[in-house]
Amino acid sequence: MRFMLRRVAHAAFLIFGASILTFLFASLAPGDYFDEMRLNTQIAPETISALRARYQLDRPLPLRYLRWIDSVIQGDLGYSFSYNSPVRPLLWVRARNTFFLTLVATLLSWGLALPIGVRSAEYLGRFPDSLISWTMAALLVIPELSLALGLLLFAARSGWFPTGEMVSVDFSSLSLVHKLQDLVLHMTLPVLALVLTALPLLVRHVRAAIADVLDAPFMLAARGHGIPRHRLLYRYALPAAANPLISLFGFSIGALLSGSLLVEVVMGWPGLGPLLVEAILSRDLYLVIGGVLLSTLFLVIGNLIADLLLYWTDPRIHADLVAK
Amino acid sequence: MGAGNFEPVLEVRNLHVAYLSRASVPSSVIVDVSFDVRSGEILGVLGESGSGKTTLAASLLRLLPSNGKIQHGSITFRGQDVLQAEPRELESLRGRRIALINQEPSVALHPTMRVSDQVDEVLAAHDHLSRKARREKLQQVLAALFPTETDRISSSYPHQLSGGQRQRVLIAQAIACGPPLLIADEPTASLDPATQREILSVFENVRRRFGVAIIFITHNPSLLAGLADRVLVLYAGRIAEFGPAENVLFHSLHPYTRVLLGCLPPSFGATAASRKTKLPVISGDAPNLDLLSLGCRFEPRCEDRFEYCRTREPVAVSPANEHVVSCFKFGR
Amino acid sequence: MSSEFMQPLIRVESVSKYYRHRRILSSGHIVHALNGVSLSIAPRSTLALVGESGSGKSTLALCLACLERPSSGKIWFGGRDIATLAENQMRAVRPQIQLIFQDPASSLNPRFTAFEIVTEPLVLQRRWKGRQTREQGFALLERVGLSAEMASRRVGEFSGGQKQRLAIARALSLEPKILILDEALSALDCSAQARITNLLLELQSSFALTYLFITHDLAMAAHIADEIAVMNRGRIVERGDPQKLLDSPEHEATRRLVAATPQSIITSRMLGA
Repeated sequence: MRFMLRRVAHAAFLIFGASILTFLFASLAPGDYFDEMRLNTQIAPETISALRARYQLDRPLPLRYLRWIDSVIQGDLGYSFSYNSPVRPLLWVRARNTFFLTLVATLLSWGLALPIGVRSAEYLGRFPDSLISWTMAALLVIPELSLALGLLLFAARSGWFPTGEMVSVDFSSLSLVHKLQDLVLHMTLPVLALVLTALPLLVRHVRAAIADVLDAPFMLAARGHGIPRHRLLYRYALPAAANPLISLFGFSIGALLSGSLLVEVVMGWPGLGPLLVEAILSRDLYLVIGGVLLSTLFLVIGNLIADLLLYWTDPRIHADLVAK
Repeated sequence: MGAGNFEPVLEVRNLHVAYLSRASVPSSVIVDVSFDVRSGEILGVLGESGSGKTTLAASLLRLLPSNGKIQHGSITFRGQDVLQAEPRELESLRGRRIALINQEPSVALHPTMRVSDQVDEVLAAHDHLSRKARREKLQQVLAALFPTETDRISSSYPHQLSGGQRQRVLIAQAIACGPPLLIADEPTASLDPATQREILSVFENVRRRFGVAIIFITHNPSLLAGLADRVLVLYAGRIAEFGPAENVLFHSLHPYTRVLLGCLPPSFGATAASRKTKLPVISGDAPNLDLLSLGCRFEPRCEDRFEYCRTREPVAVSPANEHVVSCFKFGR
Repeated sequence: MSSEFMQPLIRVESVSKYYRHRRILSSGHIVHALNGVSLSIAPRSTLALVGESGSGKSTLALCLACLERPSSGKIWFGGRDIATLAENQMRAVRPQIQLIFQDPASSLNPRFTAFEIVTEPLVLQRRWKGRQTREQGFALLERVGLSAEMASRRVGEFSGGQKQRLAIARALSLEPKILILDEALSALDCSAQARITNLLLELQSSFALTYLFITHDLAMAAHIADEIAVMNRGRIVERGDPQKLLDSPEHEATRRLVAATPQSIITSRMLGA
């Protein structure tokens, strides 16, 4: 219990710190939303200053921060100038879309990385391992941007896949089965881009962790008992190698909201990524801060989950002896 | 004490095992080893580090590392040829018919699996019993080794157990499927004397109750006194001496055996004058198995050597009934 | 060798050491590793400390070697209480009390060569200059029975007995007054044990060393020690002349140890035969 509370307090502190920093950096960036308007000679300077005053952008920084924190606690994340809507519902929709994409991509990545990594470790140094290692190395070398653009090009040229958006225009009028089909079609290429980028790292770690454990004495002892190969790998080796992988999994969860930015922007998936980019470019302060904070929240929660998982799955961590 | 009938459970004939170095140069670790294990007997294998004892244990189940090779010889378990067995046959042999305990107990158990699960895995791998029957058998085995505190131990993790308890778990895994032969490689190495005694009596009980034949490998001769029926002394991968325990330990023939037993510190019954005096040791260093040699491997360190010991390797002779020794002192 | 009339080299006075075993949901319970231990070792003598696993022998060794601080009590060495020294003062004391561990494979870096192992303390302590360090290094190796050609081989290639010799050479490089051997022979074969024992006896007279020999092998303890102390549950329960202790043990724990020693069977029969 003490352990969990400590971790949660730590997480809360991190989020708080992140909020201060985000606010600081976003506000310190030169200019604000209304700078664009200044260029437009038709709008009088007084109007602009009046608008500024109305949105309280002329108040000193600490004060603005405190007001913002106050409203966040009440659930109000501020107002977006460019979209002319409160930040929260805006973030929510986009975050949900991103979530969708990255969840599928993460599950798929891990689902592939585990068997591939295990096989690689099992045949360490031999042909299957070399094949896998070279393939992963090749994937690692390809920049995410190129991959995303390449897939986009493929979609455009072949016409098999849509080139953007999450759903078709006539989505609401489709039957359930067709709705699903539509979603899957739209999702395939972005998910593919994410999976192919994430796979090399995951496979490498799984391979290393399993290879480490395969030489352990208890593995040899289990072999001596006649435990069949498949069970040896998945019931003995994988759980013993789980610790570093669980930490990595925590990072995967943490990156659910932040790791897909590039792919979303390039491939036109209506998620948090494009929203944030727009917001930054137009100095839409509260939107930026809200978005960044949400991503940070996820990162911290991801780590927290990893810690807790580790604690629950490894019985050795329960017992700790501390000298007085 | 005493073996059951004299029917052999395991027969090893002219076994040669070598390790290949990186340059693919073979280095012989076991040379021309022949022995048999009778049903229900405890065979003690006495060997120091470097004698090849662990390689011997691994070879019997074909569990050598990738650079180990069984070059020659035969291993027959109850008539079944082990060296020619298919992978599937081998898998069913291991654990079910020949069980091996060959590692430090602290590392031979899976760190994050409960004791009951670990023993159950062995049962599940071999016996195709119903869940219920398997659970009963599991309970039986655990109760046999942990007469008190069975439940607490069976739901514990290895790191919560003492060294002696972990060793018992390994023994439980080994006898779970009722194998006729058990190979134990230095099972008491890391334990203190009281626990050692305990584990030795566990082995005796197991033999008595389940009729298991045991190959007990150790470097400590005092453990075999009172436990083993026959003793095999290994030196440089070759059999130096082999025979009834009484003979080999107390009326040893081979010079190596004699001097090895002489290394033990005298205490009980010794006078104060012998205290803090130098112990008799085997002069010289352990043999370098990478170098080929024509003669007896023990010759450089032997007090009783003859001229020709350097150029010819002794063959096994049998000066007394059942007692075999490889030394020119007892015949050519 | 009567030790009553000599000033002890090291004296332990009511030393205790507690560990708190922390659990997540409960407050945890305290483990008494050492519970009021008092003993003294005369210079140039060998005290054997025997006891079952968990009796506190290793904890005492760590406290004496200044690698752990006792929770209470005093340790008198060289006229000072070393249990409560500050870190920088302890640094001056540590070379004089050296510890040899049971498992040389984990206490010596397998990638180092024998020469590096033996000269590292000399280099770190900056006691000798360049060439003298080299000479000292080779001399030490030879002294423990390792030939000069072994100096350039890596530790990983050595046998168990050779590694322990190396550990002893390394300890000797600091010119210690007292050597604590914590189950240093337990992991070795019988013949290697005999050889290292002989080496230790030799070194004791030529280097005027004092030994604290921790072991659970009562036979070896009786052979090598001037005095045996028996530990049980963090306390010294019996102490005295080895032969007397073995012939007529008084305390229950001592009796158990004597009964458990398997050596007696073989050696008594061998001596008879």
